[in-house]
Amino acid sequence: MQPFTRHTAIAAPLIQDDINTDQIAPVLHGRGLKEDYRVTLFHRARRRDDGSENPDFVLNKPQFRNAGILVTGNNFGAGSSRESAVWSMLANDIRVIVARSFADIYRENCLQNGLLPIVLAPDAADAFAARVIAADGAAPFTVDLESQRISGPGGGDIAFEIASADRMRLLEGLDDIGLTLKHMAEIVNWEQRAAAAQPWLQTTRDGR
Amino acid sequence: MPKTLFDKIWDFHRVGERADGRELLYIDRHVLHELHAHHGFAHLQKHQRPVHRPDLTFAVQDHTVATKPGRNDDTNPSGTAFLQAMREGTRRNGIKLFDLGDPEQGISHVVAPELGIVLPGATHAVPDSHASTVGGLGALAFGCGTSEMTHILATQVIALKRPKRLRARLDGRLGEHVSAKDVALRLIAELGVAGARGYAVEYAGSAIAAMPIEQRMTLCNLNIEMGGRSGFVAPDDQTFAWLAGRPYAPKGALWDQALGYWRTLKSDDDAEFDRDVSLDCSTLEPQITWGTDPSQVVGILGRVPDPAQFDASRRGAAESAFAYMGLTPGTPLAGLPIARVFIGSCTNSRLPDLEVAAAIVRGRRVAPGVTAMVVPGSSSVKRDAEAAGLDRVFRDAGFFWGESGCSMCAGGNGDRGAPGERCVSTTNRNFENRQGPKVRTHLASPATAAACAITGRIADVRQVLAGAI
Ligand code: SF4
Repeated sequence: MQPFTRHTAIAAPLIQDDINTDQIAPVLHGRGLKEDYRVTLFHRARRRDDGSENPDFVLNKPQFRNAGILVTGNNFGAGSSRESAVWSMLANDIRVIVARSFADIYRENCLQNGLLPIVLAPDAADAFAARVIAADGAAPFTVDLESQRISGPGGGDIAFEIASADRMRLLEGLDDIGLTLKHMAEIVNWEQRAAAAQPWLQTTRDGR
Repeated sequence: MPKTLFDKIWDFHRVGERADGRELLYIDRHVLHELHAHHGFAHLQKHQRPVHRPDLTFAVQDHTVATKPGRNDDTNPSGTAFLQAMREGTRRNGIKLFDLGDPEQGISHVVAPELGIVLPGATHAVPDSHASTVGGLGALAFGCGTSEMTHILATQVIALKRPKRLRARLDGRLGEHVSAKDVALRLIAELGVAGARGYAVEYAGSAIAAMPIEQRMTLCNLNIEMGGRSGFVAPDDQTFAWLAGRPYAPKGALWDQALGYWRTLKSDDDAEFDRDVSLDCSTLEPQITWGTDPSQVVGILGRVPDPAQFDASRRGAAESAFAYMGLTPGTPLAGLPIARVFIGSCTNSRLPDLEVAAAIVRGRRVAPGVTAMVVPGSSSVKRDAEAAGLDRVFRDAGFFWGESGCSMCAGGNGDRGAPGERCVSTTNRNFENRQGPKVRTHLASPATAAACAITGRIADVRQVLAGAI
């Protein structure tokens, strides 16, 4: 996983609640195993019914085409667990999402892939959204995970909270599986205990 | 210290704590599907990591499979590569696959319980957000992403922060033609789409005690629609009777031993929950969604709400839902003409769901101009339904009777509606464009869906059966 330390980019406002993963990364037909996740991101919202580009969608506006920070509302990433909803962000160089809250699985998927999910309290979220809207893509914001601050046009730095373990994992770009493999002895021990305590759990057999 | 059922299962399965503070929870049963599994197989191959417990891992082909009779790998061309990659990956890693053509193929959340793969008190993971369906048997399940799936393949544990505990008490007798689907929709409407976020939900109360296992699964299936990753019902005698003799359920002395333990799987009387909610089910009428998220729900005789009813933060969403759904506030739902009915998905495609719908359809016809489909949740359900003659009932009425899979739930296999069509669906998500571009989905129970199919309108099943419509 690519480590995350700081990220300077244009911030795009998509201030809505409950944006779900069907919207972020719709199931596209004929994409095969090697999907082009750049194209997946907000595929429907980016297009009008006739297939032409929808100029009103925020990421299609000239000033936000290269946005690397997405600013949104409550419960971002609800619905399906599809990880393409995170991969499609990264494929478009969006490495930070600032929300009022995230759906559980989506937030996990972010952490797994080095995408920084920032939650701001309502007042700070309102203030930050206003600054992002006012900046209108004219100047970038910087998100610094080491100091846990967002800086940029329109005011002072904004501090954000993140669990120290999640922060460390992103900063070091830790391989999640690698972290757990260090516990393999404990896992095997557990299996032995379980095989004694609840033996039906440690075997599977079609009894027919 | 008194414990909740969640605590009992969690504590037993807790392997340890990682350096980053996450708890490692052992996964007893891991079930893969073809849409996501290939990413995991590719990762493991690249990093030369073996699957730690292929014997505790199963796989199904469900999301992309065609439903047409006589289907093969190429019937849905956009699924071919996924089906083949799954076959190859499971063979290479020694994982049992319920493949296309297998008598037990079907939707993971239907197959795992019906084969007795998932058991009370077991932990379960699927790279699909509706994994908690099997909570209906008293299992603790986690829908997960692709990276988490790969992590479980390599280690057989999932790294989580311990969720909080919510108890949903559902009391009262359900009225006629009211089912778990209606209960779940009402609960989501009350709590909101993020209401259970961060919680593991235990469903309890007299309505649950009286609820058949398949309906408990419907209820637990919809848990994620209020943001909860895990939802379950404590197992009881009904659960044990349902599981006994299933192919992968323990047998003989092992069954007796398991049963002894399973009987301890309940929350202690004075165990504390972080949050309690309750719902009186005795006055509940059939429910249906009017909007584009599963919390936008009204009773079947209700009207599209007035935006003024919503607080400011929800008003915008309601207004865009009106536009997408082609509805104006104040319109009664009942009577709206529909073009399509879908009965299926991991929410409502088990045998009793089909029986309920067939009982309403029997001797009637699908209304002219309506396309109606039934897609059984598994090949076993299909076989059992055919043995009971349900396929004839549906076919004679003008329904399409399909091979099992996810089908129109998310349209991953190409089964989808046409733009603008109003569709009554027994699935779990009424999101924009999910069942096809511009398709207007109304979520409802199998009974309501059947009543709508024969009247060609959104209809109250109770009135239809009383001959009033
Ligand atoms: S039926 Fe729908 S919700 Fe269920 S597993 Fe399939 S696509 Fe997912």
